Amino acid sequence: MYLLNRIQRHRVNYTWMIVSLLLVASLPFLLFLGLYLKSFLLIHDYHLSDLLFSRVWKPGSGKFGFYPFIVGSIWVTLLAMLISAPICLLTSIYVTQYTRKRFLRIMHPAIDILAGIPSVVYGVWGILVIVPFISRFVGPLFGVQTLGYSILAAALVLSVMIIPFILNILIEVFRTIPVELKEASLSLGATQWQTVKSVLVKKALPGIIAAYGFGLARAFGETMAVLMVVGNVVKLPKSVFDPGYTLPALIANNYGEMLSIPKYESALMFAALILLAVSLFFNLVMHFFIDRYNKFSA
Amino acid sequence: MKLSGKIEEKVFKVLMVIATYSILAVLAIIIYSIFAKGIKALSWEILSQVPQGGYYYGKGGGILNAILGSLSLAFGATLLAFIVGLPVALYINVFLVRRKKLITLFRFILDLVWGIPSIVYGAFGFSMMIMLGLQTSLLAGMLTVTLFILPIMIRSMDEILQTVPIGLSEATYSLGANKSELAFKIFTRQTISGIITAILLSFGRAIGDAASVLFTAGYTDNLPNSLMEPVATLPLSIFFQLSSPVPAVQDRAYASALVLTLIILLVSLFSRGLGKRYHKTKINF
Repeated sequence: MYLLNRIQRHRVNYTWMIVSLLLVASLPFLLFLGLYLKSFLLIHDYHLSDLLFSRVWKPGSGKFGFYPFIVGSIWVTLLAMLISAPICLLTSIYVTQYTRKRFLRIMHPAIDILAGIPSVVYGVWGILVIVPFISRFVGPLFGVQTLGYSILAAALVLSVMIIPFILNILIEVFRTIPVELKEASLSLGATQWQTVKSVLVKKALPGIIAAYGFGLARAFGETMAVLMVVGNVVKLPKSVFDPGYTLPALIANNYGEMLSIPKYESALMFAALILLAVSLFFNLVMHFFIDRYNKFSA
Repeated sequence: MKLSGKIEEKVFKVLMVIATYSILAVLAIIIYSIFAKGIKALSWEILSQVPQGGYYYGKGGGILNAILGSLSLAFGATLLAFIVGLPVALYINVFLVRRKKLITLFRFILDLVWGIPSIVYGAFGFSMMIMLGLQTSLLAGMLTVTLFILPIMIRSMDEILQTVPIGLSEATYSLGANKSELAFKIFTRQTISGIITAILLSFGRAIGDAASVLFTAGYTDNLPNSLMEPVATLPLSIFFQLSSPVPAVQDRAYASALVLTLIILLVSLFSRGLGKRYHKTKINF
C-alpha cells in the first residue's frame, strides 16, 4: 500500500521537517546578510553618519543623504502612534472590562477585517477620503493651504492600519490578567474605574508598552498606503501639512530607475537594510522586555 | 474627592465608547467608500477582459490579467509556504515539546521574521533575482511572497497545534506510533480547522500585498501563462491605474480595489465558515 515502510517514512518526514526548520530559522540572517552585501558598495564608500544625517539626495551626482527619508518616516510613524495609541487602549479596556462577552464577538470580526484589508486599499481610501478631508477641512481650519497629500494624511491612514494590530495584543493582555486581582481590588471597596486605573493598567503596563513597540515597528515599515498619500517630496517637513517621503516609499518608488545609476541599487538596498534593522531592533527589545516582566511576575 | 472620581470615570467611559465606536465607524467608512466608488466603474468588461490597446488612456479592456495573476501568484505562494510551514509547525509542537527553551527560541525567531516589513522581502527577493540572473517573473514573485507569508502561516498553525491535549499524544504513543506518525496523522487531523484558517489567512496576505511583488513579479497585460514570465497583480494594477491622470482609468482603479476587497472579504468569510464546520470532527477531552 505504501512505497516506503514506517521507519523510512519517518526518516523522510523528519528530514523534511529539519530542512524546513533550518530554512525558516536562517531567514532573518539570510535577509540581513543579503541586504548587507548588496549595500556594501555604499557603506564602503561613504561614512555611515554621512549617509544617515546628510540632507542631500542626488543619486545622479552620487549624493546619498537619507536624512529626509528617515525624518519623514519618524514623523509619520510617531504621529500615527499618537493617534492610535490612546484609541486602542481605551477600546481594549472598554471591550474587556465594561461590555458583555457578546460585544467582543462583534468586535473581533471587525478587527479581523480591518487587519485583512490590503495596504493598497487603505491607500485608495486615503486618496478618496483622507486627502480631500485634509485639504478641504483640516487645512483651512488651521489656516494652511495644502493639497492634502501630507505627513498628516499618511499618519491618519497608518493609524487606522495599525489599530487592529495593537488592539489585538492589548485585548489579549487585558484578558490574561488574573480575575482574582480584579476581585481583590473590588472587594477592598475600589470602584470599577479605580480598579481599572490602579490595578489593571498597572499590571498590564509592560504588555501595553510591548504592544505599542510592536505597532511602532509595524508602522515604520508600512509601504504602499503611505506611499500613496504622503506626497513623496524629498524635503525636510516643517509641519504635518507638508508633504514628505518615507524610507519604504523611497524603495518602492525608485525600483525602475535604480539600475541605470551607479550605486543607486546599493542605496535602495541600504534603505531596506535600515528598515530591517529597525524592525529587528524593536522586536528584539520588546521581546526581552516581555520576557523580563514575565520572570518577575511569575 | 469622591465626586471627582465619579466624574473622571464618566469622562473616561464616554471616551472609551467614542474610541470603540469610532473604530467601527472607520471600518464602515472604508468599506462604504470603496464600495460606493468602485461599484460605479465595475462592469463585466473589466472582470472578463485583458487590457486592450490604449487601455491606460481610457480605452477598452479590463483587469482579468491582474485578477488571474494575483490568484495564481497567491495560490502558488500559499502552497509553497504550506509545504515548508506545516512540517516546521509540527516539528515545534511534536518533536520539541519537552525542550521549552528551543521552542521559545524558534517562536521568537518566527515573531522577528513576522515583523519584517514586506518591502524588505521585496528588496531581498529582487537582489536575489539579480544575483541569480533571473527576470521579474511569476516564479520570483511567488518565492518572495512565500518568504513573506511563511512566518504568518507557521505561527498561526503553531497557535492551534499548541491546543492539542497531551493525553492525545500519550494515547497515540501507547498504540505504538512514532513521532512523525503522531505529527502527520493525529495532530493534523485534530487541528484541521485551525490549519485551514492559517492557510486562508496566509492566502489573504499573499493576495493583498503589493510591496513584495513590486520588484519581483513585474507587470504585464497578458494572462499568466508561464512561471518564468512577468505577471500582473491586483494591488499593483490598482496602484498603477490610480497614478494615471485619466479619470476613466482612475475609476477602473476603484473598481479593481473593490474586486480586491471582495476577494479578501470572501476569503475571510470562508475561513470562518470552514472553521466552524470542521470543529465537529475534533476529539474533545
